[in-house]
Amino acid sequence: MEATVRETVEQKPERLLDRQVIDDQEAVTAAATVGKPFVEAPKMAMRNVNVFYGEKQAIFDVSMDIGSNEVVSMIGPSGCGKSTFLRALNRMNDTIEGCWIEGSLQLEGQDIYDPKLDVVPLRARVGMVFQKPNPFPKSIYDNVAYGPRIHGLVDRRADLDEVVETSLQRAGLWNEVKDRLAQPGTGLSGGQQQRLCIARTIAVSPEVILMDEPCSALDPIATAKIEELIAELSENFTIAIVTHSMQQAARVSSRTAYFHLGKLIEVNDTEKVFTNPEHELTEAYITGRFG
Amino acid sequence: MNKNTQRTIDLVNRNLAKRYRAEKRFRFYGLLSISFGLLCLVLLFTDIIGKGHSAFLQTYVALDVHFDADVLGIDNIDDETQLTVANYDGVIRKALLERFSDVRSRRDKRQLYALVSNGAGFDLQDVFRERPEQWLGKTETLWLLADDDVDTYVKSRTASGEAFTGRLSENQQRWVEALIADERIEKRFNTIFFTSGDSREPELAGIRGAIMGSLFTLMVTLVLSFPIGVAAAVYLEEYAPKNKWTDLIEVNINNLAAVPSIIFGLLGLAIFINFFEMPRSIPLVGGIVLTLMTLPTIIISSRASIKAVPPSIREAALGIGASKMQMILHHVLPLAMPGMLTGAIIGMAQALGETAPLLMIGMVAFIVDIPGGATDPATVLPVQIFLWSDSPERAFVERTSAAIMVLLAFLIVMNTLAVWLRKRLERRW
Ligand SMILES: Nc1ncnc2c1ncn2[C@@H]1O[C@H](COP(=O)(O)OP(=O)(O)OP(=O)(O)O)[C@@H](O)[C@H]1O
Ligand SMILES: [Mg+2]
Repeated sequence: MEATVRETVEQKPERLLDRQVIDDQEAVTAAATVGKPFVEAPKMAMRNVNVFYGEKQAIFDVSMDIGSNEVVSMIGPSGCGKSTFLRALNRMNDTIEGCWIEGSLQLEGQDIYDPKLDVVPLRARVGMVFQKPNPFPKSIYDNVAYGPRIHGLVDRRADLDEVVETSLQRAGLWNEVKDRLAQPGTGLSGGQQQRLCIARTIAVSPEVILMDEPCSALDPIATAKIEELIAELSENFTIAIVTHSMQQAARVSSRTAYFHLGKLIEVNDTEKVFTNPEHELTEAYITGRFG
Repeated sequence: MNKNTQRTIDLVNRNLAKRYRAEKRFRFYGLLSISFGLLCLVLLFTDIIGKGHSAFLQTYVALDVHFDADVLGIDNIDDETQLTVANYDGVIRKALLERFSDVRSRRDKRQLYALVSNGAGFDLQDVFRERPEQWLGKTETLWLLADDDVDTYVKSRTASGEAFTGRLSENQQRWVEALIADERIEKRFNTIFFTSGDSREPELAGIRGAIMGSLFTLMVTLVLSFPIGVAAAVYLEEYAPKNKWTDLIEVNINNLAAVPSIIFGLLGLAIFINFFEMPRSIPLVGGIVLTLMTLPTIIISSRASIKAVPPSIREAALGIGASKMQMILHHVLPLAMPGMLTGAIIGMAQALGETAPLLMIGMVAFIVDIPGGATDPATVLPVQIFLWSDSPERAFVERTSAAIMVLLAFLIVMNTLAVWLRKRLERRW
C-alpha cells in the first residue's frame, strides 16, 4: 500500500503549496469539503458542526456521515481538531468546562445534543477508547464487567461471566488473561491494557466505537494486533478512528477524513485519499510536506 | 574534536570534587536538622516521662482494721442503709490510733488521721459490704489508700533517708517512717488514675473522665466533619462551576484553616450556647465547635486527593456510560479515600489536642463524674492537663505529666492508624 501511495503521488506534477495557505485560517475555513462526505442510510450524520472552547473555535462547519459497519479514519496535523470532533460524537466534550457545540449531530436520526436526551445511554451506544490505555485500578474481570453492571445488562452471575469471556475473546485477550482474571488490570502490558479497554468498551455492545489514537502508546506488534482487531470488530460495530499513522489509516479504514485547522478538507475512500487526493492540502499532508 | 572532549572532561573532573563537597554539605545540613528535631523530642520525652512515670504508682498503707459494730453503728447487717451510712472513717481512725497509741492531743490526732486518704472510707465500705457477716466484729489487715502528701514523701524518699517533706509535719514523718520500717507501706499500680474522674484530692484524681470526654467529643467531631468535609470537597471539585463565587469560597476555606482556634470557641459560645441555648460543658457542643475547626483541614486535603485522581480514570468511566455520580462513587472516591482519611485523622489529632475553643464553651469546669454520653458535662484530656498543671499540690505535677503521656499515646496511635490506613487502601494506577 505504502509503495503505491508514493509512486502515484510522485507522478503528479509538483505543485508547491506555500506556507501561507497552510497556515491561513481564513482561507482554510472558507474552503468547502471535497470528496464524498455523505453516505446512504448513515449511522451517524453530522451537519454544520462548530465546536468552541470558550472564545476559541476548534471545529469549523464540519458536515459528514459515518455509515453503518464502516471504519472511518480521521487524519490531520496535530491540533487540527480530530480529537475534538471525535469527542463531540459521544458528548465527551460535555465534561470540559467552557466547551460548546453548534450544528446537528444525529445517531440514527436522533439528535444527540437534544437537551432531553440522557448522555448515559448515549455513551453506552457510542463507546470510546482513549489514546492512553486507562484500565480501572480493579481486577481484569471487574474492568470488563463494569459496563454491563452499571447498565444492568445482565442479571445472573453466569451471564456476566459469559459477557466478560466473549468480550475478552473478541478483543483477542482471552487466552492471555483467562487464568488471571482476578488480578489487577493495571498489571498488564501496555498493549494488553489497550485491548482490555477495548474489551471493556465492547462489553456493553455499543453500536459505534470511537478510538482516539488507540495505538500511539504501543509498539508495532501490539499495534498490529489492535489493527487486526479493528478489522474483525468492523463486522459488528461502526468504528471512527483518529490516527497519526497514515499507514494505519490505509490499512484499517474504508473511508478517510482529512482535517486541517479545524476544517474538514476532504473525505474519500481511503484508497482514493492515499493515491489520488482531490485537495492540494490533503496531498501536501500525505506526501509529508508538513504535519 | 578529540582535544575538545579532553578539555570538557577535565573541566567536569575539576568541578566534580567541588560538586561532591557541596552535595555532602547539603546532606549534612539535612542530617543536622533531623538530629536537632530528634534531640528536642528526646528531651521532651525524658522530661515528661521522668516527671510522670511515678504517677502510675500509688502508695498504700496497711492497717489492722477492727470492724467494731458499735463504731460502725450497725446492728443489722441486712439493712442496706445502715451499711451505707456506717462510720467507716471511724474504724480507720481507730485503727490508726491503735497503731500509734501514744497520740493523745487533738492536733496530733488530726495529723494522724490525715495520713490516710479521704477516699479510704469509701474503699473500705466497698470491701466490707461484700462480706459483712464474715467481717463484723473481726479484725482484718487491709491496704488503704494513703494521702497524697504521704505518697509524695514515700516516692521522693531516697536510700539515704532524704525525702521531699512538703506539708508533712515532723510527727507525720516519724509515723510514716515507722510504718515503712514495719513494711506497712507499699507502692502499687495506680488503677485509680485510669478509673476515676477528676478530684480535689490528687490521690483520688484520674483521667477516665477526661478520656471519655475526649472520646465523645472526637466522635461528634468525626461524625460531623468527615461526611460534611467530603461532601463539600466533592461538590467543589466535581460540580461547582468555576466562577468568582467558588473562588471566594476557596479563599475563605483556606483562611478558616488559619484562624486561631479560640475564635471558633467564641463563635461556639455566641451561637450554640447563647443563641441556641445549648448546655455548657458538653461534648456535643465541643464536638460541633471542633468540627468547625477541622472542616477546613478535611476539605482541603479531600480536595487535593480528589484532584490527584487521574483524569484518564474519569474519562474511562464516563466513556463507558457511567453517570457522573457513578463515576464519583465507583472510581474517584475509592481512589481518593486514603488521602481523605489521612486528612481526617490529622484533623482529628489536631482536635484531640485542642484546648482554647473548649475553654470558651465551658469544658474547663471541674467535673468529677465520668460522662456517659455526648450530652453529659465533661472535660477533655488537654483541658484536664491544663487544669492539673495549675494545681499547687506536688502530686498533681506528676499527674499532669502522666496525662500528657496518655495524650501522646493517643496521638501516636492515631497517627499510626493514619499511616496504616493509607498503606492499606492505597492502590496504584
Ligand atoms: N480543553 C481544551 N480547552 C481549550 N482548547 C482546547 C482544548 N482541547 C483542545 N483545544 C484546542 O482545540 C484545538 C484542537 O485540539 P484537538 O485536541 O482536537 O487536536 P487534535 O487534532 O486531536 O491534535 P492531536 O493530533 O495532537 O491529538 C487545538 O488548537 C487545541 O489547542
Ligand atoms: Mg488528539
